[in-house]
Amino acid sequence: MKSVDYDLVIIGGGPAGLTAGLYAARARLNVILIEKIVPGGQVLTSDWIENYPGFPEGISGPDLIQKMTEQVKKFDLNIESNEVISLDLSDPVKKIKLSDRTITSHTIIIATGASPRKLGIPGEDIFFGKGLSTCATCDGPFFKDKIVAAVGGGDTAVQESIFLTKFVKKVYLIHRRDQLRATKILQERAFANDKIEFVWDSVLTSIDGLTNVEKITVKNVKTGDTKELSVDGCFIWTGILPNTEFLKDELKVDDYGFIIVDSNMQSSVPGVFAAGDVRSTGLRQIVTAAGDAASAVFSAEHYIENIK
Amino acid sequence: MAEGVLEIDDSIFDAEVLKSNKPVLIDFWAPWCGPCRAISPLVEELAGEFGDKIKFVKCNVDDNPITPGKYGIRSIPTLMFFKDGNVVNQVIGIVARSKLEEVINKIL
Repeated sequence: MKSVDYDLVIIGGGPAGLTAGLYAARARLNVILIEKIVPGGQVLTSDWIENYPGFPEGISGPDLIQKMTEQVKKFDLNIESNEVISLDLSDPVKKIKLSDRTITSHTIIIATGASPRKLGIPGEDIFFGKGLSTCATCDGPFFKDKIVAAVGGGDTAVQESIFLTKFVKKVYLIHRRDQLRATKILQERAFANDKIEFVWDSVLTSIDGLTNVEKITVKNVKTGDTKELSVDGCFIWTGILPNTEFLKDELKVDDYGFIIVDSNMQSSVPGVFAAGDVRSTGLRQIVTAAGDAASAVFSAEHYIENIK
Repeated sequence: MAEGVLEIDDSIFDAEVLKSNKPVLIDFWAPWCGPCRAISPLVEELAGEFGDKIKFVKCNVDDNPITPGKYGIRSIPTLMFFKDGNVVNQVIGIVARSKLEEVINKIL
């Protein structure tokens, strides 16, 4: 057999990638983790995590990532800061093209996560960073005693809206349905919070202002009526898109581009696995990302044993 | 304090940034901002690499409201690039090292 650089290449350093790294390093696989920016992913923007077991008081996103990173370093996981440009999966030995070289591996775990989805409405690109945000922990304190809008109805939208009320005078929580999708305990807290005003059955149609966000337009999807709301900031949490720009059509994906895997986390190509938010799934949590990753490494180990 | 990245406050902004004879990269950050904590090691690395050509400074927006207010900072981390006292580029949020190197090479 010709020499292959790695048993396993993990792409992405969020909770899924770091957990995969932990399991792979402990399994003594010849493994490398490639992270494009810095380890952490979307968790870095999470102010407080109450549903990851083992932290009864809760833990901040950055602190949890710091602990996960410390843990993988303890087992000498090789982490490289680099970018995956493309994959060549035509042979059993997979080629991973990085920004400066190409590496080969028997298996790959894709754990590249997802990014906030854009709405594609007027003003969205212009006002990003000028009152428009997707990160309450980064930008919430800039809106002390101001009025802001938040868009979405899932866990992130509701939890971060509650967080924003620590600073702002008022949050309009705009949701396209007449009820929230967020987990019940978050709903209870939001309904009990008198700084949150719900704008039901409505979608955001534009963001306006001179240099910074000054007002937004919302449309009621049942009546068709539109109205303007004066706000100083607008936070959008209406879902995510998979980070798969390095893929063309090598792998089967769902209608939204998330990678389809079987119960062993294997994609449509043998030896290529996906874990965490990037895979097609009904629930995206830190705990499910970690679980996916453990399964993916277990499957990768079996795959490697069978070919060697 | 990070090596190679000078912590500045409102009172020395003019002297250290606007009147600098080298281009300046200023990192607007705050202790409560997770992504800022995540990007700061990258800024320190770049300071090690480009520190002879560019002055790297950081400004805590909590302690220094005047400077971020003047430049309309509403989102952090924001990395702002100054040349001869003028803003020549800015990068908002966490970005890849390659993107920052691209911006740096453009202003050099």
